[in-house]
Amino acid sequence: MKARYWVCLFIIGCLAPFLIYPVFVMQLLCFALFACSFNLLLGYTGLLSFGHAAFFGSAAYLAGYLMTVAGLTPELAILAGTVCAGLLGYLFGTLAIKRQGIYFAMITLALAQIVYFIALKADFTGGEDGLQDIPRGKLFGLINLETTYRIGHKSLELNLYFFIFILFCLAFWLIHRTIHSPFGQVLKGIRENEQRAVSLGYRVERFKLLAFVISASLTGTAGAMKALVLQLASLTDVSWHTSGEVILMTLLGGLGTVLGPSVGAITVVTLQEKLSAAGSWVTVIIGAIFVVCVLAFRRGFVGELGRLLKKSL
Amino acid sequence: MEISMMAILSQLMLGLNNGVFYALLSLGLAVIFGLLNIVNFAHGALYMLGAFAALLGYSELGPLLGKPDFHINYWAALILVPLLVGAVGILIEKTMLKRLYRFDHLYGLLLTFGISLILQGVFTNYFNVAGTPYDAKPPILEGVANLGFMMFPRYRLWAIAISLVVCFATWYVIERTKLGSYLRAGTENPELVKAFGINVPLMITLTYGYGVALAAFAGVVAAPIYSVSPVMGSEIIITVFAVVVIGGMGSIMGAIVTGLLLGMVEGVTKVVYPPASNTVIFFIMVIVLLIKPAGLFGREQQ
Repeated sequence: MKARYWVCLFIIGCLAPFLIYPVFVMQLLCFALFACSFNLLLGYTGLLSFGHAAFFGSAAYLAGYLMTVAGLTPELAILAGTVCAGLLGYLFGTLAIKRQGIYFAMITLALAQIVYFIALKADFTGGEDGLQDIPRGKLFGLINLETTYRIGHKSLELNLYFFIFILFCLAFWLIHRTIHSPFGQVLKGIRENEQRAVSLGYRVERFKLLAFVISASLTGTAGAMKALVLQLASLTDVSWHTSGEVILMTLLGGLGTVLGPSVGAITVVTLQEKLSAAGSWVTVIIGAIFVVCVLAFRRGFVGELGRLLKKSL
Repeated sequence: MEISMMAILSQLMLGLNNGVFYALLSLGLAVIFGLLNIVNFAHGALYMLGAFAALLGYSELGPLLGKPDFHINYWAALILVPLLVGAVGILIEKTMLKRLYRFDHLYGLLLTFGISLILQGVFTNYFNVAGTPYDAKPPILEGVANLGFMMFPRYRLWAIAISLVVCFATWYVIERTKLGSYLRAGTENPELVKAFGINVPLMITLTYGYGVALAAFAGVVAAPIYSVSPVMGSEIIITVFAVVVIGGMGSIMGAIVTGLLLGMVEGVTKVVYPPASNTVIFFIMVIVLLIKPAGLFGREQQ
């Protein structure tokens, strides 16, 4: 994509909180980052993890706990969440890459379930209630993220928004660089033909593990950001539903495209927001989109658009 | 710490009781995986559907037809529900799964995941997540039986017995009969089997239907034991996945034995160290992955 498109997207990102409820935009950014990190694994390496909620949720819990109990500043809490998710990713990755394809998906799902049970039973997670009213604190101990600015009739959390937005841009840029680096090319090679990558002398397992750890870490960043934005870390964040949703976001937006996961995340989160009154019918609708997507729309929005424009988006 | 032998024995029996459900479900997954090469994520939801079909057939179908006294009793449900849900499975295979064989097998997993969300969502909308009891247990299976070392509910004994019979009958058909030999050949090399004039697509459809029927059967047998709830399927399916990873999906007998054993391990854990009883199977999975990555009965992948 050309530089001017990126500039356009950046400007839209800067204007968004003045047009739409900022907390909602931040929520979109968190899930978009979640889906982008996930795409690094599924879209570019061809590994389907069914346990990414474990990274998202554990980082959310840890960041929330550190901010509430230890009084850590937000940037340190997010860093801690990222590192924690990365370590967990290393653990999961080491075990799961021993098996391939479908087994990989089942193993990650089962491992994530251990994390779910720990979150359910441990003391510091607040059990069924989760961690609520997580304080947003002061960035670097200086900038108060609670501050709201009155513009017209609305009061906007602009400090928090621009912190989250800049963090998202950095993480997105990192993913983008990873994909287009020689390392990313090897990942794509593994996705296309693993045997061939092996015979070319690449130590495929190491590449897969590193991709898994990067993906898990950035998922952790997204989870910790979410805890800061919504001031909540709950069991939903670690449940298999969340693991399923991030797959749907990535698939719906377009596997292996740069913009797809963000588009998918925006679609799914907006849909959930609009349909929240419908109760459990949301699950039915999400399931139905899944089915339609897998049957007839495997390239996703951005993938289809890219095919029409004959461009890689 | 003093742990009585009786407590362990009784938990072993209860664990075996859970184990037969793991065995039935992982057997169904293994049969489907063998021929279709997909992991049927909807297996848990179809197990739930089986339990609900039994429940609704007993309590709701009569009033719906305007005949309040009409019930599908337990014995009829044991036969009819697997047939009905098996037909639903055939419909799913014919209309949806069939279109995905050309693509990556992961799409099959994702499709069935979507289906399970739909089923679970629909039932959550109409029924209490906490569960509805199914109280159409036949009188002959009421009460407890004396096993010599403990008193054990008669129904649970029946559940263990009938499930074992179904498991081993399935094993016999697949491993020892001519029909089963077609199936095994289809698993090894579908193209070649097709060349011999065997209708492989039909075989695939029926296999999927049978695997699904097994899940529904497990659901009916489970209905009087656990309360029938929309989330019963998603709770069990993840454990069954771990069972499948431990056992490996390459062998029918492996799926059955692993399911039974892990049920019992889970039962014993409830006595020895209760907090771990929910997660012990997952930890065993981790250990097996470290020691024998292909699974206890699995063949090393190429």
